[in-house]
Amino acid sequence: MNKNGFEPLILGFACNWCTYAGADLAGTSRIQYPPNIRVIRVMCSGRVDPTFILRAFSRGVDGVLIGGCHPGDCHYIEGNYKARRRMELLRRMLGDFGIEPERLRLEWVSASEGARFAEVVADFTKTIKELGPLKSDATIAVGQQH
Amino acid sequence: MAQKAKLALYWAASCGGCEIAVVRLYAKILDVAEFFDIVFWPCIMDFKYKDVEALPDKSIDLCLFNGAIRNSEQEYMAHLLREKSKVLVAFGACAHTGGIPGLGNVANRETIFQRVYDETPSTVNADGVRPQLSYQVPEGWLTLPEFYDTVRTLAQVVPVEYFVPGCPPVKEQVEAVIQAVVEGNLPAPGSVVGASDKTVCDDCTRIKEDKRIRSIYRPWEVIPDSTRCLLEQGIICAGPATRGGCGGPCPSVNMPCRGCYGPPPNVVDQGGKLLSAVASIIDTQDPAEFGRVADAIPDLLGTCYLFGLPSSLLFRVRQEREALPAKQAVEQSKAV
Repeated sequence: MNKNGFEPLILGFACNWCTYAGADLAGTSRIQYPPNIRVIRVMCSGRVDPTFILRAFSRGVDGVLIGGCHPGDCHYIEGNYKARRRMELLRRMLGDFGIEPERLRLEWVSASEGARFAEVVADFTKTIKELGPLKSDATIAVGQQH
Repeated sequence: MAQKAKLALYWAASCGGCEIAVVRLYAKILDVAEFFDIVFWPCIMDFKYKDVEALPDKSIDLCLFNGAIRNSEQEYMAHLLREKSKVLVAFGACAHTGGIPGLGNVANRETIFQRVYDETPSTVNADGVRPQLSYQVPEGWLTLPEFYDTVRTLAQVVPVEYFVPGCPPVKEQVEAVIQAVVEGNLPAPGSVVGASDKTVCDDCTRIKEDKRIRSIYRPWEVIPDSTRCLLEQGIICAGPATRGGCGGPCPSVNMPCRGCYGPPPNVVDQGGKLLSAVASIIDTQDPAEFGRVADAIPDLLGTCYLFGLPSSLLFRVRQEREALPAKQAVEQSKAV
């Protein structure tokens, strides 16, 4: 816990074939990492629609971490490349919105990299703690949905 | 003679184009006048707010409200017309998704006033005069509405029965909506009317093949092939992320869709979908090359949310809490 006692809420998207298995390995190997992350399993990092991330930030999540297979290893050949392109563009747009682009991170973690998963989560949590909470009016939810 | 149905039209933060869209019904406007008794339409006839205030509640059968809400007068009129109308329609892009005035959500009152009253080259304002909410003159007090930090859609301020998208709604769709009202043939409240359930690509007659691009151009930089999909030619077209029904007038004259009809059904965030589509079709796996291609997009937020910033998930550019007067911040969080 940092000096302000800020514990960030971090949303994680982990691909079924690599990062989720890597997170599982971190667990079965009893590797410690910060509990701030909530992991959602998706079939591929290419499944992560930018809308998911925009919604997360609109609901006050402090950071979003996406884990996919290393380049060349994607179970669906090129889903991870697609994720990389989308997240790069989305990071730019978050900057336009006044949300620090560092709050969105894409990392490659393979099924054998349990230790790396823990390191990535620890490092990302540290980054978000340094950035502080998402600016407050980010949490204003929009009512009009149709 | 049987009593006619009562019609009201009002404009808030808008350009007046929606009013033109109604007048552009040409001879059909006579049918409108035949069926409806116009009780309030300040753009074309002399009505006062007190005329509306004097009406019994729910006495207006149909109110077409265009424009977003960005000041206290517009907010008052939204509440008043809601109270007086049986059916309130968010008419046009500004009332529906925020429209062009919604882009004001990249700034706030202070930065907008700075620009308008201090910085524009044509402004001479050595004394730094700013609009005041009230000002005393020998004849008494003059008042102005309060300008808000944040632009909202009509539905973010009051409950709305129907949404008619478009900047402005195209003539055929306005006719169809009026026709549906006359026949009493309206869908369930909350629906978008006067539009299709597909995207603009479905209306667009261009040949669509494999979407892979290596460069992005602005419309004036190239002369596009007028038969092929604009997106495939590297011109960012919001067609795939935009509700159809307009008939695709923009792509039919070599201009890309800019997204005025709002998101298609089941899409929550139009800009997010457009961004996703553009990122997906850039044909490179090299991050540096991708960065180079993406650098050609001049204003990503403005491109993705040209007509829909207030109704998007992120709603507005984040600002420090100090910039937002406490009273309005509370109102906002209640209203949305």
